[in-house]
Amino acid sequence: MTAVSTTSVSWTSETIPIAGVSMQVSRAGAGPPLLVLHHDIGTLDRLPFYDALARRFTVLLPSHPGYDGSQRPDWMRNVRDLAAVYQWLLGELSDSRAAASISVAGLGFGGWIAAEMATLAPRAIRRLVLVGAMGLKPERGEIADQALVSYIDYVRLGFADQRAFDRVFGADPTTAQLEKWDLNREMSFRIAWKPYMYSPTLPHLLGGVAAPALVVWGRDDRIVPLECGERYAKALPRARLEVVEGAGHFVDLEKPDQLAKLISDFASQGGT
Amino acid sequence: MHLMYFTEQPMSAYPADEGREFGATALMFSNKHFDPAAGSRLYNEYLEHYRLAENVGFDGIMLNEHHNAPFCMQAKCNVFASILAATTKRVKIVLLGNPLPLADNPVRLAEELAMIDMVSRGRLVSGFVRGGGQEQLATGVNPAFNRERFEEAHDLIVKTWTQPGPFRWEGTHYQHRVVNPWAVPLQKPHPRVWIPGVLSKETIIWAAKKRYPYIALSTAIEATKKIWELYDRVAEETGYAGGPEYRGYLQRCHVAETEEKALANARQFMWMQGEFTGLAHRSGRRPRATSRRRSVPLSSSTRSGDGRTRAARRSRIRSRVR
Repeated sequence: MTAVSTTSVSWTSETIPIAGVSMQVSRAGAGPPLLVLHHDIGTLDRLPFYDALARRFTVLLPSHPGYDGSQRPDWMRNVRDLAAVYQWLLGELSDSRAAASISVAGLGFGGWIAAEMATLAPRAIRRLVLVGAMGLKPERGEIADQALVSYIDYVRLGFADQRAFDRVFGADPTTAQLEKWDLNREMSFRIAWKPYMYSPTLPHLLGGVAAPALVVWGRDDRIVPLECGERYAKALPRARLEVVEGAGHFVDLEKPDQLAKLISDFASQGGT
Repeated sequence: MHLMYFTEQPMSAYPADEGREFGATALMFSNKHFDPAAGSRLYNEYLEHYRLAENVGFDGIMLNEHHNAPFCMQAKCNVFASILAATTKRVKIVLLGNPLPLADNPVRLAEELAMIDMVSRGRLVSGFVRGGGQEQLATGVNPAFNRERFEEAHDLIVKTWTQPGPFRWEGTHYQHRVVNPWAVPLQKPHPRVWIPGVLSKETIIWAAKKRYPYIALSTAIEATKKIWELYDRVAEETGYAGGPEYRGYLQRCHVAETEEKALANARQFMWMQGEFTGLAHRSGRRPRATSRRRSVPLSSSTRSGDGRTRAARRSRIRSRVR
């Protein structure tokens, strides 16, 4: 285990063997456990959003297998496979062995994984947070196709304010970052190419999810239309929708404090 | 040496200014600019060219296919191969080739090729290609498994051609409960397979191991020498001598009444080719839907298993987003 200290939050990371690959999981903070699932573009190691959550929760931040340089599971073919891998992970972590002991917050593509996880084991999750989640087919709009634009244009599309992109990635992202986006995109295509970024069967399964759910959407999400948020909130039995003004798809990168507060207030509530 | 005739079958009748305005003429350049009346005329003109090519003594006619781009009107090379099988007498019909990863049913492809081979009385040369990223998008096929699908489809087709059915195929990307098509090739053990390409090292090695001639598509001279060196080295390791019998080369020729006209023609052609790759020429205006950076969608970088170096990937990424 290696410890990395940033400001007041201290992060450690560990490697856990799951389904034939070594899964990397970072951990920080104290309090009730919260699993955070990152976007399809991968994630930076440290973000103000994660630090803010770590002040209230034991944050568990895995790197999706095949993303950001982590080991690729060649066999994996769909997002439900990935959700099953995460259910396996929950069984390995001492934080989540008891039923309904851990909350899950999924960001974008990670939100789709979280929704699939909740349908696979409806009572395994304490509270569920979906932020701009892929996974449902929009009825009117479309989920933006990253195959048709450059890596940079795709990420920029997810920001309502381009200055926020510049703050997070720099106006001219590093080559190492571009390489990660390239490989992350390839992994997304391996498991979510057709249909692209949604499951036709997921809507039929959401009704079984027992956990209370918070659905958060950026008002200006140009990657996954807000109507998908409305559909999630309707299909999940115990859900409400919060719309964040002035944010695009990457609410965690654009409005980190606001999103961290929404999640903290929701996931700190007692009982189920 | 054999001389073959090839044309991309360009759709020359589209408004060039619209292409310049859009910034590229591949994949997303709207097909509202396609004129089927001109297309009908051009298809028939190309057929006349092919018949003339046979009459003036070419050894073969090469066909290919691309999708969603005016530089090549052939959307399915087997269609023209079928026509030529019945309307020519002597030339080899050289497909360079069918993009195997696009095939959702390689057994059907094996059947079509067998039919072309029989109708042409054994004149088929059946090349296979992996196809660029835009071909995958144009046909809705997952580019992430390009090489895996190429190799598995190839293995299934060759088995379909050579092993009596029925047999069952349970592969990674293809599953067939009953493989037993009645149409099998006239040529034995099966039609020649040639592999065209530009620079993928893995494909050169793969072709050399299979003893399939490699056809370099207008590659630069130095790069071409390296291709032959690599091919011959792998051939030696595999247990045979490579050399000219295993080599093909696509050379652009521009013929006109004067040298000046031929050069002008060549310049226009190179511009068109740049339009295809989207990189060789730059329009004065930005593409409408994108930022100042060239918006290059799927590229070879999204094919899995290319095994290129990280440095090469980096420089490719850099050049693509600038």
